[in-house]
Amino acid sequence: MFKNGERRSGGRALVGRLVYALALLSVALSILSLVVILGDALADGLPYLTWRFITSFPSRFPSRAGILPALVGSVWLVAFTALFSFPLGVCAAVYLEEYAPKNRVTEFIQVNIANLAGVPSIVYGLLGLGLFVDTLSMGRSILAGALTMTLLILPVIIIASREALRSVPKLYREGAFALGATRWEVTRQIVLPEALPGILTGTIIALSRAIGEAAPMIAIAALVYVTFVPLSPLDRFTVLPIQIYNWVNLPRAEFRNLAAAGIIVLLVVLVAMNSVAIAIRYRHQRKAV
Amino acid sequence: MRETKPPVTLGLDDETTFGGQVKPSYGSTDIVEFSGFNLWYGDKHVLKDISLGIRSNIVTAIMGPSGCGKSSLLRSINRINDLIPSCRTSGVVNVKGENIYGPDVDVYELRKRVGMVFQKPNPFPKSIYDNVAYGPRVHGAPQEELDKIVEESLRGAALWGEVSDRLREDAFSLSGGQQQRLCIARALAVEPDIILMDEPCSALDPIATSKIEGLMRQLSERYTVVLVTHNLQQAARVSEMTAFMYLGEVKEFGSTKDVFENPQNELTENYITGKFG
Repeated sequence: MFKNGERRSGGRALVGRLVYALALLSVALSILSLVVILGDALADGLPYLTWRFITSFPSRFPSRAGILPALVGSVWLVAFTALFSFPLGVCAAVYLEEYAPKNRVTEFIQVNIANLAGVPSIVYGLLGLGLFVDTLSMGRSILAGALTMTLLILPVIIIASREALRSVPKLYREGAFALGATRWEVTRQIVLPEALPGILTGTIIALSRAIGEAAPMIAIAALVYVTFVPLSPLDRFTVLPIQIYNWVNLPRAEFRNLAAAGIIVLLVVLVAMNSVAIAIRYRHQRKAV
Repeated sequence: MRETKPPVTLGLDDETTFGGQVKPSYGSTDIVEFSGFNLWYGDKHVLKDISLGIRSNIVTAIMGPSGCGKSSLLRSINRINDLIPSCRTSGVVNVKGENIYGPDVDVYELRKRVGMVFQKPNPFPKSIYDNVAYGPRVHGAPQEELDKIVEESLRGAALWGEVSDRLREDAFSLSGGQQQRLCIARALAVEPDIILMDEPCSALDPIATSKIEGLMRQLSERYTVVLVTHNLQQAARVSEMTAFMYLGEVKEFGSTKDVFENPQNELTENYITGKFG
């Protein structure tokens, strides 16, 4: 009876195969476009990616131009952004998840944090320009840039940290409360250690976003030509995406190759940061078995 | 109503305070007394005018169909219900003669006197040693006494022999039954007077269950054990006193023998004979 010449399930089986093919196609397209972009950058940039390129200052002459100030600027920026955003984000998440009463006000704050995560980054750049650069007269410094980036990624860190805190089983909390621990003891000794891998992963991914952002830094840094390495957080600076953007806009073709080399440097930094995030998650998963 | 004693913190030794070794001077054998106690979650009236006395150093079982309020009753004794924001109460619960719902009660000290074991084993994601040492550390036990406390607590929970050579291993490396005994050891480590058990065997196999039941009998020599169970046989096997609850009220309370052999309330009889439940 299963070998009946006509397949009665023909129509439904066809739909199934069609969906499968479509899903496969979507994956193939995303991977293909990634490969094309990467291949293009590698082909254009690899010959220009030399030690001299990494240790030199920008120059009018493509053969002498390098990326050092932008690379150092990006490292400064990310370090200070991490310094500000991590404690602020985690504390806000702990308050919202562990302490805040579950009422309309909390809900309102929640919704707004989610909205802030979706605000275009140039808006944060303009806010930073008005608030930190001008009103608080920090100038176009690394400090102003890091504070602007902090505002930009804070919502992401808060949301990721809340997810991580929420995933700690309620049973652990009850167990600790039942032994007479206070809320702070439960949070610090039981909840935070469990949530930390998730919090760190979320933070690193948010910081990777910060390091790749050009728009807000164009508003803050605005410098086209930086011929010095920033030595203090109050120095002026430029970052990798701005340097890349500048080179792309220059008329001479070699600068486009330099831009491609800069993209490779940026990608290496991003991959390195994301690997740390993955390593943290992986180590945690093995521990939980 | 008894007068409410002043708040108590570690180190004070007023003779009627939590943590004092002296029994209340107005000598009642009931270590836990509910009187006219009500509890709501939001608008839901979960416990209705409960009056019940729980004697010390025996196992008291609370049974009843799902949703009858037996867990809520248990969770009122260490005020862990406080964690639920919509929870409100009225009436009195005395623990060792002191109204734990009175003003200025130190809930942290209360929970030190009243330990709890949960439905599902819930060891912390820490080592076996750190699980047992958690409570004493929170309450400021000196470092040099921890080894002794951990060993005694694990012995008290009949787990020492199985874990003595692997105290630094992850608590999750233990079997379910061992994890539950670890949770009992963790509760014993802060030297409580009362141990609340909320269906402690419902996630365990029969062999692990019988070990825990044996342990409950043993524990009742030194501690007061209050056991919530939906397993009638378990109530019959391990408890001296049994309360039957239905829709938020205690319908029957007496010696386990009387409740099972000669129930006074028709609902109790129906429940015990399996007509509903």
